Amino acid sequence: MKRRQVLKLGCAALTTGAIAGRLYAAPATGPRFLLVFLRGGYDSLNLLVPYSSSFYYESRPTIAIARPDAASTSGALALTADWALAPAVRDTIGSLYQQRQAAFVPFAGTDDLSRSHFETQDSIELGQPLNRTRDYRSGFLGRLAGTLSGPASEPIAFTDALPLAFGGSSTVPNLSLKNVGKPPFDERQAQILDDMYADHHLHTVVREGLDLRQEVAQKMAEEMNSANRSAINTKGFELEAERMGHLMRDKYRIGFIDVGGWDTHVNEGAAQGALANNLASLGRGLQAFSQSLGSEWKNTVVVVLSEFGRTFRENGNHGTDHGHGTVYWVLGGGINGGMLAGEQRAVDRAALLQDRDFPVLNDYRAVLGGMFRTLWGLSPDQSGRIFPQVPPKDLKLV
Amino acid sequence: MPPALLEAAPSLFSIAPAVLAMVPALLSGCADSAHGDPAPAKTAALPALSRLDVLWLQRVSFGIDSTSVEELHRLGRARYLDRQLQGRESLPAPVAAELADLEITHLDPVRTIAEVNAARKAANAMPDGPDREAARKAFNERGNRLAYEAVRSELLRATYSPDQLEEEMVWFWLNHFSVHQAKADLRWLVADYTDRAIRPHAFGPFKDLVLATLEHPAMMAYLDNNQNAAGHANENYARELMELHTLGVAAGYTQRDVQQLALVLTGSGIRAGDPPRLKPELAKLYYQNGAFQFNPARHDFSTKVVLGRTIQGRGFAEVDEAVSWIVRQPACAHFISRELATYFVADNPPPQLVERMAKTFQRTDGDIAAVLREMLLSPEINAALGGKFKDPTRFVVSAVRFAYDGRTITNTRPMFNWLNGLGETPFGRATPDGYPLNEAAWASSGQMSRRFEIARAIGSGSTALFNSEGGASAAVAAPGFPQLSNRLYFEAVEPFLTARTREALGRASSQQEWNTFLLASPDFNYE
Repeated sequence: MKRRQVLKLGCAALTTGAIAGRLYAAPATGPRFLLVFLRGGYDSLNLLVPYSSSFYYESRPTIAIARPDAASTSGALALTADWALAPAVRDTIGSLYQQRQAAFVPFAGTDDLSRSHFETQDSIELGQPLNRTRDYRSGFLGRLAGTLSGPASEPIAFTDALPLAFGGSSTVPNLSLKNVGKPPFDERQAQILDDMYADHHLHTVVREGLDLRQEVAQKMAEEMNSANRSAINTKGFELEAERMGHLMRDKYRIGFIDVGGWDTHVNEGAAQGALANNLASLGRGLQAFSQSLGSEWKNTVVVVLSEFGRTFRENGNHGTDHGHGTVYWVLGGGINGGMLAGEQRAVDRAALLQDRDFPVLNDYRAVLGGMFRTLWGLSPDQSGRIFPQVPPKDLKLV
Repeated sequence: MPPALLEAAPSLFSIAPAVLAMVPALLSGCADSAHGDPAPAKTAALPALSRLDVLWLQRVSFGIDSTSVEELHRLGRARYLDRQLQGRESLPAPVAAELADLEITHLDPVRTIAEVNAARKAANAMPDGPDREAARKAFNERGNRLAYEAVRSELLRATYSPDQLEEEMVWFWLNHFSVHQAKADLRWLVADYTDRAIRPHAFGPFKDLVLATLEHPAMMAYLDNNQNAAGHANENYARELMELHTLGVAAGYTQRDVQQLALVLTGSGIRAGDPPRLKPELAKLYYQNGAFQFNPARHDFSTKVVLGRTIQGRGFAEVDEAVSWIVRQPACAHFISRELATYFVADNPPPQLVERMAKTFQRTDGDIAAVLREMLLSPEINAALGGKFKDPTRFVVSAVRFAYDGRTITNTRPMFNWLNGLGETPFGRATPDGYPLNEAAWASSGQMSRRFEIARAIGSGSTALFNSEGGASAAVAAPGFPQLSNRLYFEAVEPFLTARTREALGRASSQQEWNTFLLASPDFNYE
């Protein structure tokens, strides 16, 4: 199809309203997957609170989150007899959990014990065995996209630069949706640029790039024009996530986004404060994402992860330092949510790794590999290409 | 990327109607000359270079400008290359003055590290509160400013140094021995790293280059060798020294070699403040070079075996012995030659060329100038001309060199932002492998449309380039959008345009749009 035709169709769709924005006919079924990478190591202990552990309250005299109170509708939300969800995400992620559309995997993470942001982020995104030389050009989402190929794949990174996770897959488009202005070129200019590459081997990517910008700009126009929008002017991650949802509803099947601001060494806060604000924004964003996917939400799985957890005890600055095991979130309209999954242990001092932080009982490659296997029906051979040397583990979440 | 920097600002310029009127005339001029009917204005200039010469010139520089075109024509490739390899021409006066004004030009790394440590300590010792926050903020702002000064220095030199090949090699080695400014205290050190460890050794010998990067606190901090000590070895640097810096990943060394090399490197690290107090028998083994130090109290004195060679434990001399041994391996000659050829010749360089370069490397003990000569005057590079996709740095720098031909910009912030938008800022690669050198890594759909936007930003005239670095508007009237349809264009670009690009330029409705299409064209994006 020529660019011009695509654009015309898009305009027609816009005016008819009912199918506005659906430039690409999505296959009727098939999973969609979004990876949300919280860069900086978020403090999972103030998201998923081990409220039955007195050791937690002893270790965090100023930043602990209070035990859930059944009479309160704004405090921490008890999920099990031992764990509660932070008040900051009670109305968003808590609500999904109650609809069995959210689950958590505590004691999750990687064997990498460097406790360095860069090292650990890199090693997770690459998803390669730690005991051998790393190939910086091959990330696990890139390998997943390569394994699936065709329309089942359709990867996209909602970032300014292609993340390491997509390394090795050169055809992944990337576009940050934080600030999307008018399309950079009008239709005539875009057509001229397109024609200029007509005989060139880059023609397909050039056209795809111009179309994507055009498509996103049209969705922005829909946002502006839509009459049934909530009166509140969404912004920040919430708006970005809503845009992501629309793109993934209509076309893309493997997405990546990163969210920063989690390195809370100082004045982290408890039920309120810096971390709570960041969590609340993330929760609203993911809720907006789920809603904007519409009926596709039931085919979608979101995993939220971070390079490591933080120290069990608070430090001298009302914050926490780099730790190890963390809590992964799994969200989706069709998942077996409403539970905590994976290996667990009682939270006391003896459970700590090096008397410092949470151990890792659920390797991220086994957990993700298990989900990928079920979602796409991968063969052992295919699973082994995505996460070599680590057998997939089925947590029965998807 | 801040959208403001990508916005065209036509309202700031009065678009002279005469210029607009000229566009069709200029274009019809193009058509004429393409049919071998040169316009009289152009015959006064030197006879044009051949298409291959123009493309070759782009490989040995960050893009053409009038001076380099004229010089290549006068000297021919071999003599032009001789001159570039001799190097050491002076920077244009305004650029030299800008660089002299930078704080980084006057910093001593030993003192800087001491200052940084003292400032951090002072901030940490303060009670929680606004004062402490202010101290932290001031500390970080200074670090960010110094890191940006290093970027600014690199961009100004890449754009304006007459020693273009040397600057390309500085970029290449900075990427090969990549360090990331965001890690540890590297913001304070990257400028010194460039000027002391990289630039003086840009043309080799390769061993000197390896040792200069090794003996720099930036590398020690970046790859954690500062933490590598007897009894608690850290293998990070040892591994990358072989894998990324010298031998390449498939060179056949083992985990055992990595561990042994790590032991050789124990005790090499950063000098912060006074030298350590050592017993007399150790004190004589202490070695210091600027802010690098070898602390024998942290060294493992056992006998090591690296790549089959036994190295007697005796102190810092082990490092020289190990590095000499590693860079003499045929794998090293091959790995470095292939990487050079990937950057300068083709994404998949012809094996026979790499083979000849590797032989030259070995014969000359890593004389990079000799290897470059072998490569840049080879028939293989001639066959590959026109097929190399410009990475973001080559794209942005060549566009500014071409658009403002010799007129020096005062503010590098827009260039930095463009590179940031394309994902290739100096000192910005988080992982130690450096930025990829191949087309596939830079030509995704998102990157192509971003590149077109930047082409438009440049073609529409970013006045900010001529503001003061602090953001104040230019004292003299900014030059508005560049006149890309200039003499340089008619001599070195227009005669070789493809029909598709020519046709696109013919459909432009303004000079800015014409500029945009030219900078976005395949013709401009390949060299």
